[in-house]
Amino acid sequence: MAEFFASPNVQAALVASAIVAALSAAIGYFVVLRGLSFAGHAVTDVGLTGGAGAMLLGLDPLFGLIAFSVGAATAVGAFGPRARERDVATGLVLAFALGIGAVFLHLQTKFANAQSTLLFGSIFDLDPALLRVVAAVGVFAIAAIAAMYRPLLFASVAPEVARSAGVPVRALGFAFLIVMAIGVAETAQIVGVLISTALLVGPAATAIALVRDPLRGIVCAMAIGIGVTWLGIALAFASFDWSRGAQSWPVSFFVALLALAAYVAARAYRRVRDA
Amino acid sequence: MTAPASPGAATVAVAFANVGFRRGERRILSRLSFEIKAGEFVGIIGGNGAGKSTLLELVLGFIAPTEGTVRVFGNSPHGTRGLIGYVPQRIELDPDLPLRARDFVALGVDGARFGVPFPNAARRALVDEALGDVDARALAERPVGRLSGGEQQRLAIAQAIVGRPKLLLLDEPLASLDLGGAAEIVTLTARVARERGITVLLVSHDLNPLAHAMDRVLYLADGRAAIGTVDEVVNEDTLSRLYDRPVDVLRVRGRIIVVAGD
Amino acid sequence: MPDLAAGLAHPYLQNALAGGLIVAVLGAFVGYFVVLRGAAFATHALSQIGFAGAAGAVLIGIEPVVGLLAFSLLGAAGLGALSLRSRTNDVGTALLLVASLGTGALFLALASNFASNVVSLLFGTIVGVDRAQVGLTAVAAACALALLAAIARPLLYATVARAAARSAGVPVVALDFAFLGIVALAAAVTVPIVGALLVFSLMLGPAAAAGCISARPGVALALAVALGAVAVFGGVAAAYETDWPVGFFIATIALLEYVAARSIAAARAGAGRGRATPAA
Repeated sequence: MAEFFASPNVQAALVASAIVAALSAAIGYFVVLRGLSFAGHAVTDVGLTGGAGAMLLGLDPLFGLIAFSVGAATAVGAFGPRARERDVATGLVLAFALGIGAVFLHLQTKFANAQSTLLFGSIFDLDPALLRVVAAVGVFAIAAIAAMYRPLLFASVAPEVARSAGVPVRALGFAFLIVMAIGVAETAQIVGVLISTALLVGPAATAIALVRDPLRGIVCAMAIGIGVTWLGIALAFASFDWSRGAQSWPVSFFVALLALAAYVAARAYRRVRDA
Repeated sequence: MTAPASPGAATVAVAFANVGFRRGERRILSRLSFEIKAGEFVGIIGGNGAGKSTLLELVLGFIAPTEGTVRVFGNSPHGTRGLIGYVPQRIELDPDLPLRARDFVALGVDGARFGVPFPNAARRALVDEALGDVDARALAERPVGRLSGGEQQRLAIAQAIVGRPKLLLLDEPLASLDLGGAAEIVTLTARVARERGITVLLVSHDLNPLAHAMDRVLYLADGRAAIGTVDEVVNEDTLSRLYDRPVDVLRVRGRIIVVAGD
Repeated sequence: MPDLAAGLAHPYLQNALAGGLIVAVLGAFVGYFVVLRGAAFATHALSQIGFAGAAGAVLIGIEPVVGLLAFSLLGAAGLGALSLRSRTNDVGTALLLVASLGTGALFLALASNFASNVVSLLFGTIVGVDRAQVGLTAVAAACALALLAAIARPLLYATVARAAARSAGVPVVALDFAFLGIVALAAAVTVPIVGALLVFSLMLGPAAAAGCISARPGVALALAVALGAVAVFGGVAAAYETDWPVGFFIATIALLEYVAARSIAAARAGAGRGRATPAA
């Protein structure tokens, strides 16, 4: 185990995954508050198509990821703020983007491998230059959320009153979708599309069930996100021993399961506490 | 920030001059002209579709009049951020909302401001004061989504007044409350407004809970209005003219009932 | 389209159209309720959860469709359990979806052979459908539709006025589960045709578009079937001509139908003739 953590690749993985876990939790707090879980997940699936497409063209997948993610977020935002219409629009935009993915796959069967990489991430294979980009984007996104925090909270909780107080509710909603898309794309680049959805909604929803006020809630969500990610990585490493050295189980599996378990446990705790 | 103004003061809080509003083919308001003085408590009464919410939206600046002008404290409604506190018709709070009552009220202080929110003793003091004014100090730490409708209503009022507005707009705050709750809210609102020198426009479809608290009533029917004291407005002559059909006004043990005549 | 006319003589194209039409009809009826109940995310989740089951089936060496169906139904039960307290639980749906995908990833990793028939479950193999599969699809779709017809009225009541329905004796919670089960079955039927990733195109798009045009259920359903059929015919024809995947064309047509319907509804509302529908 000690050699595992001594390896620079693993250390880079831990740092990068912690950054994106914290970022996802902060953004995810508002995703859950605003009922955008489907949109958040759909954006990752669409980003997957874009990233893999970029890889096919020999470009940095991050460009494709971000471009398609932001595009999807814009399309969803354009259909309007009402929840039912937004969910329908999300589903159809998602299907359309995946249809494009089907075309990519048809034109270039290597697409499936590119997709695989993005689905599960290349967490132990990080380019140090990428780590700097991750840190920079992470700082930007967290700063954006911090700056938007009050009006966004106001608009999410009491939209009519916020509007009367001068909050640009509709524009802010749009801006948040864009920030979400960027954060999610960045997370997917590091830990893969699967974990990025888990980290977006799981820790935040868990914190919301446990903690009464938003500021402490966001900090709690970040802590849970980092914990779930590191524990997942450790378990994946440990699983190498379970299968007697044949194979390690995917990190995605552990992180997703832990996120779900944490959420279910927090909900059960809440139910017992409120009874 | 605001010196309490007595009802007799010269400042005009809200002025409508020949205001009309049309939405598509429908005419919602026509030729409304009135002045509401600073410090007054005015009830806006009318049935469904009479144009009450539209009137509030005009004051808030959400919509612009098709004809005429609206002035709030002498300016057009867009220049009034911070002057108006607003309690909307529906306060739909998710039961699981992770927000304490004091967090909810605090949004009324600086919820619209961008920038990193640092903890702020002044804000906390304002929130505590507003909570005290609406008798909700005991609710401060409770999760706001789990409170009763009446309690949430009081917190919404606290949120609206905490930023020291000069004008308070309440859209049908009594609709989902029982008689006791309605009386409580009206008394509370009147007291807070008097103490803080706030002009109040309270929309309701029934004027009885407001009768003892309001200075004047603005009666809306089919987009036309009559404004004055209850006795001046709520009588058969005035209302029959307003509705353009016969109207009977009955007084039953202190309550006023308006019915269509034959 | 002389090519296409000749092509229609080929059984594989006939099967593709037949299979696609069955799914379009199923999608219109199930989709009507999916839109009404705001269950779009649940539908997407169920098809992806099913995919994990297919991967598991491959791992233990049984027919993928069996695993697909089993996991879809289990997923429906799980989603129902998570939504017991709140009407729709977006967060629970997302986490269950991702956990299933993670499990699917585990199965694939353990199987250590990227089974090609699993990949085709992701995107659909409409041109790989044979006569027997069409028959099976028809039977499964008929079952799902029969079940839906049996619960349609109480389901509508429970969706639109839950508290009133409950007080009238409607078993609202049981119906919640039953509906998710029907969606799971419908998704399992649809997946082999258009693929797990594109189930929406026929289960959501046409119904949502129809709902924008008309508020009358009969008209909306008929229109949804028609729009679905258009998407299927258009998709198969385009796929035949260009050799590109049929799922792409169906998804694109479905999205265009929805955008067109929304624009028509918006234009109508702007002309002051009143809103066309509250449904979508």
